[in-house]
Amino acid sequence: MQQPALFEYVLRMADDSLILGQRLGEWCGHGPILEEDIAMTNISLDLIGQAISLYDLAAELEGGGKTHDDLAFLRFENQYKNVLLVEQPNGDFAMTMLRQFFFDAFRKPLYEALCKSPITQLAAIAEKSLKETRYHLKHSSEWVIRMGDGTEESHQRAQAAIDHLWRYTAELFYEDTIDEQLQAQQQVPVLKEIQAAWMETVKAVLSEATLVLPTNNWKFEGGRQGRHSEHMGYLLAELQYMQRAYPDMQW
Amino acid sequence: MSNTEWPLWEVFIRSKQGLNHKHVGSLRAPDATLALENARDVYTRRSEGISIWVVESSNIHATDIDEVAEFFEPSDTKIYRHPTFYEVPEGVKHM
Amino acid sequence: MTLAEQEKRFQEKIDNEIKIEPNDWMPDAYRQTLIRQISQHAHSEVVGMLPEGNWITRAPNLRRKAVLLAKVQDEAGHGLYLYSATETLGADREQTIDDLHSGKAKYSSIFNYPALTWADIGAIGWLVDGAAIMNQVALCRTSYGPYARAMVKICKEESFHQRQGYESLMVLCNGTPQQKAMAQDALNRFWWPALMMFGPNDAESTHSEQSINWKIKRFTNDELRQSFVDATVPQAEILGLTIPDPNLKWNEERGHYDFSEINWDEFWQVVKGNGPCNKERIEARVKAKQNGLWVREAANAYAKKRAMKKSA
Ligand SMILES: [Fe+2]
Ligand SMILES: [Fe+2]
Ligand SMILES: [Fe+2]
Repeated sequence: MQQPALFEYVLRMADDSLILGQRLGEWCGHGPILEEDIAMTNISLDLIGQAISLYDLAAELEGGGKTHDDLAFLRFENQYKNVLLVEQPNGDFAMTMLRQFFFDAFRKPLYEALCKSPITQLAAIAEKSLKETRYHLKHSSEWVIRMGDGTEESHQRAQAAIDHLWRYTAELFYEDTIDEQLQAQQQVPVLKEIQAAWMETVKAVLSEATLVLPTNNWKFEGGRQGRHSEHMGYLLAELQYMQRAYPDMQW
Repeated sequence: MSNTEWPLWEVFIRSKQGLNHKHVGSLRAPDATLALENARDVYTRRSEGISIWVVESSNIHATDIDEVAEFFEPSDTKIYRHPTFYEVPEGVKHM
Repeated sequence: MTLAEQEKRFQEKIDNEIKIEPNDWMPDAYRQTLIRQISQHAHSEVVGMLPEGNWITRAPNLRRKAVLLAKVQDEAGHGLYLYSATETLGADREQTIDDLHSGKAKYSSIFNYPALTWADIGAIGWLVDGAAIMNQVALCRTSYGPYARAMVKICKEESFHQRQGYESLMVLCNGTPQQKAMAQDALNRFWWPALMMFGPNDAESTHSEQSINWKIKRFTNDELRQSFVDATVPQAEILGLTIPDPNLKWNEERGHYDFSEINWDEFWQVVKGNGPCNKERIEARVKAKQNGLWVREAANAYAKKRAMKKSA
């Protein structure tokens, strides 16, 4: 492999998209109202599309002739590098939308920065995905605001979701030597800057929603190194079911 | 309407530049912002539009079915409003 | 105008292929028949999301996952278009949905059968959407305007549903022996329920004749079922699959395939709620509605607050 750091970086992004797309797909047929069922499926479809493009790029960088499906379906749990946030169960609609909001608020500035990356394939994916992500962020923000400033019950549910998910948000900005190498060559943005943009969005939307940031800043991480939560095994059991039960077949 | 049911909205879509917005159907949404987003997700999944209008159905005023005769029939007899009413000699061009 | 005159005028419109629109005068029975039929159709689209939705998280590759998501999402859209059509007749969506949940309203029995294997997803697209399309194409010319327009839109979107199912089965049939067996098993289980989708025999069908006169329906159940069998048998042959009916054979004289009698006991049992998944399907929809209650309430409360702030 010529660019192992870039491969790893793209894989992390691909896994984030796939796992969140998989989670959202669980809602299909069970949404709070038909209109929103359709909206969540659209977001899921965008994320799976992004995952396909990113895995294609990762496979090319790896150079071993793998397909996006090989990467998406045929790794062990500790080889998936998504953040813990995206693998968390859907919970209620508040949990799902807050998880989405925290992720969208991160992805938008990330894609904006990656549009300028000298790695042209990554920049192209970022440009296409940015349009989708802008819409996702708009949609999830609208819902955070409506839940926060809606009824007492919705406010409580939204606040509970924030209080629970907060511990997973710092990992969005996890950096290690992979990032440092690429940052040194100015191929990818410094996550500190992305974090500042993220925080600005989060503060603005939560304040409009009359919701508050938790005071406990204890953080969980591990996903980027392949150390996941207990939920991940079940998620992968479903995701990989066909590929594992019927190895080496075309579908 | 119960407090858990959202109001009904009518959706109008301009399919491409140069065409009118056309009524495509309806949906339910709590407010105009989400009505537009829902309309986008429900009615433009296959690139059917470049612009969306939503109007709360209760704001639409329609002609009364019992007044169809007085509203519309009087114009049926005014055929002189149509170009085909007039005869133009053969050979006249660009008219 | 007397009632008799209005009815006569109404029937003349129907006979002259003039569409009936929401505010037009219509016999009460016409309105009720439409509300019943369209809402039943809407419920079928929405309940129909469940057996396939069940496989979204397990789809075997990313392309199939995206296709299945898009397909099931379309069905939600179809449900929505059709609920909108019932609302033009004065039926309230929430009330209509409550009738489904209480068991008062019916939906297509096919969705009470389980989707057990990945091949079932192919079989559902091919056979179930295929049968639905057969019905729906006929309904594009139905006499009630909003219903006809919804059907036109739905038929446009449906065209990929059947193809993706057939394509997916084609891959299985050209695959390993296990895959081919999986495809045959799916056909074995879905063939008869698919034929049941067209409803009881014409002789048994209570609403048929009046619906034909009103041009709500344009073909009878048996006519549509026959067209479906005629269209589907050659498709099965191309897949190399065997239709599970020993009496199936081409009748030169009729120019149609003959086929066995449907097991009507099973049909009526499933309609009455005794299918393999009736309970789970309704439970899932009731749960979705209940879990969504606070969400819908919250959005309404927010809209009210905003409106008050604006006017203040
Ligand atoms: Fe359908
Ligand atoms: Fe459909
Ligand atoms: Fe369909």
